[in-house]
Amino acid sequence: MTKQVPVTISPKRLRREFVKKVKELSGQNLQLCYQCGMCTGNCPAAANMDISPRRIIEMARLGLEEEIADSKTVWICASCLACAVNCPRGFDLAKVMEAIRLLTLRKNIDHVRPEDIPPQERCDLPQIAMVSGLRKFTG
Amino acid sequence: MSLAYYPGCTLKTRARNLEEPAVASMEALGFKLDEVPRWNCCGAVYSLADDDLIHQVAPVRNLIRVKKQGKNELVTLCAFCLNTLKRANLLMRQDVAKRDTLNAFIDEGIDYSGEVKVVHLLEVLRDEVGWAALSQKVKLPLRGLKIAPYYGCTLLRPREIAIDNVENPTILGEFLKALGASPVDFPESTRCCGSYQVVSSPGDIAEYTRPILNSALKNGAEAMVLTCPLCDYNLGRGQKELAKKQSGFREMPLLYFTQLLALALGLGPQVCHFELNHGSPESLLKEKHLLSQVESFQPIGGQK
Repeated sequence: MTKQVPVTISPKRLRREFVKKVKELSGQNLQLCYQCGMCTGNCPAAANMDISPRRIIEMARLGLEEEIADSKTVWICASCLACAVNCPRGFDLAKVMEAIRLLTLRKNIDHVRPEDIPPQERCDLPQIAMVSGLRKFTG
Repeated sequence: MSLAYYPGCTLKTRARNLEEPAVASMEALGFKLDEVPRWNCCGAVYSLADDDLIHQVAPVRNLIRVKKQGKNELVTLCAFCLNTLKRANLLMRQDVAKRDTLNAFIDEGIDYSGEVKVVHLLEVLRDEVGWAALSQKVKLPLRGLKIAPYYGCTLLRPREIAIDNVENPTILGEFLKALGASPVDFPESTRCCGSYQVVSSPGDIAEYTRPILNSALKNGAEAMVLTCPLCDYNLGRGQKELAKKQSGFREMPLLYFTQLLALALGLGPQVCHFELNHGSPESLLKEKHLLSQVESFQPIGGQK
């Protein structure tokens, strides 16, 4: 369920390093998005997200770094690209989600610690799950 | 005819039931799947960050080895491997600056600029064998078997590497028809199964898979056909949890497309390794008179 987040918008925030970095890492022009919500409508994980995919784009371009960091949305994205293929503006939101994840992972803050995965799970999960999961959730 | 073939990590262990029937079937069709020498893990997921070149090294190294093998086409079976290798190949074709950096970094003796064509085995069957020719080779038509073709994400997205129409793919349905089976269309055939989220949020997988499985069942499917070992794992795991949670939910056999191919070509259940399947197909296949030999296999998890 999407939560309500009170935000403060300021010209200073719009010029933040965070906005620049997200654009740089994703290669996406954040201004392309016209907030139609096709990404959220097509996202199979949107129901589990506290901030919808559409709102993540708006918040990223407004420089709301702390609010995004408090949200679990980017860690729920499975990069399935249902958003990207359905976007009428040709915007690749999965790349923006990845850029935001990397800004955390590159500070050496991992989202998953292999040692926290129960031993039974570690034996049970196929290699394809472990390789892809650890690629996405560790720095 | 010999084709360069990339297996990837899971096909040598947990997904031998995807690989072994493929190798046997292609031999029966006159093709030898020739493993790329010294292949390494492709990384499973394509790196989406523009500055992240180090994660392109693994897939590009594999592509260079295909070129060294003297081949210009690479066949994959795993949908994840197809996606990662095909996207890395596209990067090497399209981005001159990144190509130069990667070529300078990777010490394989030759430069690479995307010369190899990366294809999925389904494309070989469609474009090189042909559905009509394939159906003529069928010895045991899968008559009466109602199967939901599940594509998942990585065969079709992003658009530039899709093996078929992104919105309305038909390749698996055509494949099933060629084998004599009845494909069951269902609206959730390209919906994500949860993918690598199973590592961080295993408890959510049942919810990701619920609409996919329910939609296939509602449309009359008796089984589901897959191309990806991670879809197989998640859907198998999801089914087990849903059977406990949702009253009236029925588990269905999950089969790799290569198992159906081998079965239809008359290669017998031995090459199919049904014991590795999530959701045993044994009783369904017997019911449809598709198991030529009466033999039992012990599925993973120990339950039939």
